Parts: sequence; C-alpha cells; structure tokens
Amino acid sequence: MNSEGRVRTDQRINSDLLRPLMQTSWRFYLLVAIFGGIVAAALIGWTSQVTRGFGITGIRWPVYWGFYVTSFVFWIGISHAGTLISAILRLVNAEWRRPVTRCAEVITVFALMIGAMFPIIHLGRPWLAFWLFPYPSERMIWPNFRSPLVWDFFAINTYLTGSTLFLFLPMIPDFAVVRDKSAGLRHRIYRVLALGWRGSPKQWHRLETAMQIMAIAIIPVAVSVHTIVSFDFSMAPVPMWQSTVFGPYFVAGAIFSGIAALLIAMAVLRRFLHLEEYLHPVHFENLGKLLLMMALLWGYFVFNERLVTYYGNRPGEMAVFWRTQRESFAPLYWTMVTCNFVLPLVLMGIRPFRTITSCVIASIGVVIGMWLERFLIIVPSLGHKYLPYSYGIYRPQPVEILIAGATFAAMTLLYVLFAKVVPIISIWELKAGEHVPSTLIPPATQEHPLGELHL
Amino acid sequence: MKAIYALYPDGQAAQQAVNRLRAAGFADREITILSPQPMEEYEFGRRDKATWMWWIACGGGLVGMAIALGLTWLTETSWPIDVGGLPIFAWWPNLIIVFELTMLGAIVATVATLVVTARLGRSSVLYDPEVSEGKILVGIEDPPDTAVPDLKTTLGAVREALVKTI
Repeated sequence: MNSEGRVRTDQRINSDLLRPLMQTSWRFYLLVAIFGGIVAAALIGWTSQVTRGFGITGIRWPVYWGFYVTSFVFWIGISHAGTLISAILRLVNAEWRRPVTRCAEVITVFALMIGAMFPIIHLGRPWLAFWLFPYPSERMIWPNFRSPLVWDFFAINTYLTGSTLFLFLPMIPDFAVVRDKSAGLRHRIYRVLALGWRGSPKQWHRLETAMQIMAIAIIPVAVSVHTIVSFDFSMAPVPMWQSTVFGPYFVAGAIFSGIAALLIAMAVLRRFLHLEEYLHPVHFENLGKLLLMMALLWGYFVFNERLVTYYGNRPGEMAVFWRTQRESFAPLYWTMVTCNFVLPLVLMGIRPFRTITSCVIASIGVVIGMWLERFLIIVPSLGHKYLPYSYGIYRPQPVEILIAGATFAAMTLLYVLFAKVVPIISIWELKAGEHVPSTLIPPATQEHPLGELHL
Repeated sequence: MKAIYALYPDGQAAQQAVNRLRAAGFADREITILSPQPMEEYEFGRRDKATWMWWIACGGGLVGMAIALGLTWLTETSWPIDVGGLPIFAWWPNLIIVFELTMLGAIVATVATLVVTARLGRSSVLYDPEVSEGKILVGIEDPPDTAVPDLKTTLGAVREALVKTI
C-alpha cells in the first residue's frame, strides 16, 4: 500500500468507527427509552420485593435457589465470551480477531456486573450485602474461607477487575483518537480518558506487553471463575450436584453461551452501525465453527453426566434424573437439548446452512438452552432431595420473571450506551491489521519449526 | 521554540527522517517519534523495547500470593472453628484464594508498571492531532536555537514531509 493509500485507509477507519460517537440518530434514543423503561420496571419490582418481603417471590423451602441464582450462573457464564476468547485470540495472534476483541470484552464486563448483582437481589435485606465481603465482624469473626461463597467473592472480583482493565487498556489509544477529532466538552472528557497518550514506540511496546501478560493471566482466572461457580453446587450433598465433572462442564457451557452472545452482539452491531466493512462473513464463519465445536463438547459433557448417574443408579439421583428426562421437567430438558445440541449441529455443521442469519438463530437457541440448563441443574435437584420431607415445587412469580428478563434489557442498554461513547471496534488494532508487513510473519527456525510465536 | 517536528505519511519516510537526525548528531533519546499504531516493522518502532514488565508482573503475583497466605492463615487461626473435622488451616480451599490473589497481584502490577513506564497521565509539549489521522511525527523537543535552520532542512529533506514548529 502506498503512503497516500495508507493515510486514506486510516482516515476511513476513523470516520467509520467514530460515526456512532459523533452522530446520534432517533434510533439511539428509542432503544435507550425502550430498554431503560424495562430496567426501570424491574427496579420497581425489586423495590417492591425489598419492601414487601421475599414472600412475593416463589422462593421458599425447599427450593431456595430459583430464577435469581439461575440468572447469576447464566450471566457469569455469558461473561466468558469476551475476555477469555479475546485473550486466546490475542495469544495465538489470530489476525481475524481485530474487529472482534472489543465487542467480546465489553460483554464480559457488563455480564459480570449483571451476574454479580444477583447475589444482592437474592438477599431479603440487600443493605446487609456487605456481610458477604471478607472482613471481620465487630467480634473479629472472619467469613469462613472454606466456604465456596467466599471463593465466589474472590474469583468474581478478580475476574471483574482483570476484565475491566483488559478492556480499558487498549481503549486508551482510541480515546486519544476521539480526543483529537472532537472539540468542547467531549474533547475535555476524552483528554482525561486518553491519559496523555501520544503513541511513542515506548508506549506501544508497553501497552502490547501489558496486554500479553494480562492475556496470559486472565485465561486461568476465567477458567477458575466458572469452576468456582460450579463448586457452589458440587460441594453440596444434593442429588446430581456432587459431581467431579461439574468444573469443566460449567466452563465448557460458559464458553459456549459466551460465543453465542458474542455472535448475536456482532450481528446486531454489523447491521445497525453499518460495520459490514469490518465484521466480515469470515468472522461469523470462524466463530460459528467454534460454536459448533462447543456444542459437541457440551453434548459430550451432558452425556457423561447422565451416563455416570444412570450407571450409579442411586435412588436419590435417579429420582432427579427421571424428573428431567421424562417427568415434569422433561419439556424443558428436551428443549434445552434441541437448542444446545441439535440446532447448532444442523445450522453450523452443514456448510450451506452456515450463514450470518443462521449463526444468529443458532446463537439465540444456545442462549435460551443454556439458561434452561442452569435452571435444570438448580431447581429439579433442590425440589427433590434425598428424603421425602424435603420435596417441593418451585413456581416463579411475576417479580422474578420481570427481574430475570430485565437483565437482558439491561445488557442491551449498557451495550448501546457503551457503543455511543467508545468505538466498538478497536481503531488502532484495526489500523495495525491493515498494514501488517510480510516481515512480521515469524520465520521458521530450528527451535521453532512453525515460526517463532511472538509473545 | 519548544519543538520542531515533521509529519510523514508512512513508516519508510519516518525512518529516513530518524536516520538523518542521527546522522546530524542527535541521540535516540532526543528524537521523538509518534505513530498512530505500533510500527515494529521499522527500526524506530523497536526502540525502548527492553522492559522489566514480565518480572514485575511475577513480583506482583508473589506479593498477591503472600497476602492471600497471610490473610487465610491469620483469619483461620485467630478464630479456629472446627468444620466437619477439616484442618483449621485447610490447604485445598485456601489454594483457591491464593490463586485468585496471585493473579490479581500480577494484573495490578502489570497495569501499574504500564502507567509508570509509558508515562501515562503526564502531558507533553510535542504532539500533533494529525497523528490520529495516520501521519507519523518525528521531531526534537527544545532544540538549540542555532540548530533550528539545519533541523528544518534535515526533516524537510524527506519526501512528503510537512515541517512544523511549536
């Protein structure tokens, strides 16, 4: 590319990706009004729950974990879309990652924020939520560090801190671009956010090194978070919970639902922000293949879990097993299997079917299926423990349905607002991808026959 | 005059400008280069690459690990509660806390090192918004008055250079 072409490409990227920040259409206000309205309705519902008490929910003995804990596990799972996928793609230096990483990382941060709200929503007295924090009471009694709920606190907060920084660091050079292209109050705000970024070789090296270190650190943290969420269940003597497969099963499910969420977000952004030139069909193709692989992995884990329970043939477990396979929860169970396995297998596995539209359809199916999976892990087991005295039925009440449903609106609202203030595709990473010279392709050496990996 | 610089449309021209400044007797630390993206394919883009950031991240991780061990040890032994016959200081569950705080320590140390070594949050005289449009800036801050005419010639001698002063 000649020098004039290079500068023109940079200007085009700036102009295309800054357009949503600089121009506001009526659609933006409409979206904010609709989703903001749903979130406001959920807030009213939650206020009502706090003032009138937990009796207005369907959560009662023996099923104390219903829609709220289902949503907690679901959103923590969705959070695996971003940082984990982005970190892996960065480490393997996948060129096609460039327009995808930020869309993904944003999902992580917002999904974690929403997920982390549920333990508070689930409290009858939310103003005492700080009791969950690891600090000593006035009698110097510390929380029990051997409790999985305390592990959750550490894991989720580490992941949230790491993911927020992982999202923020590569935004700094883009804030500098917005700073340079704006005036007035907007200029002053972005000048602060850009932290005096200039783009010296030293700054670029330090930023890239920091991103590499964080990518390496964040991958095991992401895996640990959902493993620890699975420990909330597998550490309890409840039928079908005490399973050694729960850790990897939860992690696989989390990545699965995360990829589905990412595909939906990318398709929506591509359509409404007119990013067709940046989010190409190949991005959907690659993520679609990944979705297919995760569907197969999910199917393997479900088969594994079911087969071991079936062979164990313990009465307590088999009761829950049959409740989900062919009794009251069977319609939900088989809907889950169809959404999580059959649909992605057909739509992503048969090549002519693999289009952007079918990626979105399969992803919506997976999101529904994964929510059902969380629900089916929690409720049938809690409602049918080992002894008949602890059998019970859970019926979600309107306030729970409203709050759980509104979190999808909250996610969309946060995403819309974010895309309004930050370029949703990393400008500098895209520019760097436009100008990758052949000299950067790592040469094969005796020690590295496939070419040295630049970490 | 606070600075003299030129804007170039591509890395090759910027590299030539840097080479000319070196030939004119300027040391690398006196030459400012600003680009809209990392340009490691050029020699100037590989300047200042050496960093202790990896080691500092490891150090941060160790500090996090020490805090986690201290926190779990102190809290569990200062109020010993027997839970199902498990040891008071039980390694398996504590390893989770240790792991999370180790990683958190590494992440925080990395970000702190980035902020300090990349001089984030500090203002600088030499900058041009054209860099955001794809231009590459090469210049000298606080040049000696006697050297300014020669610098203008040196920076302007490269093709498509746009020489400016502050």
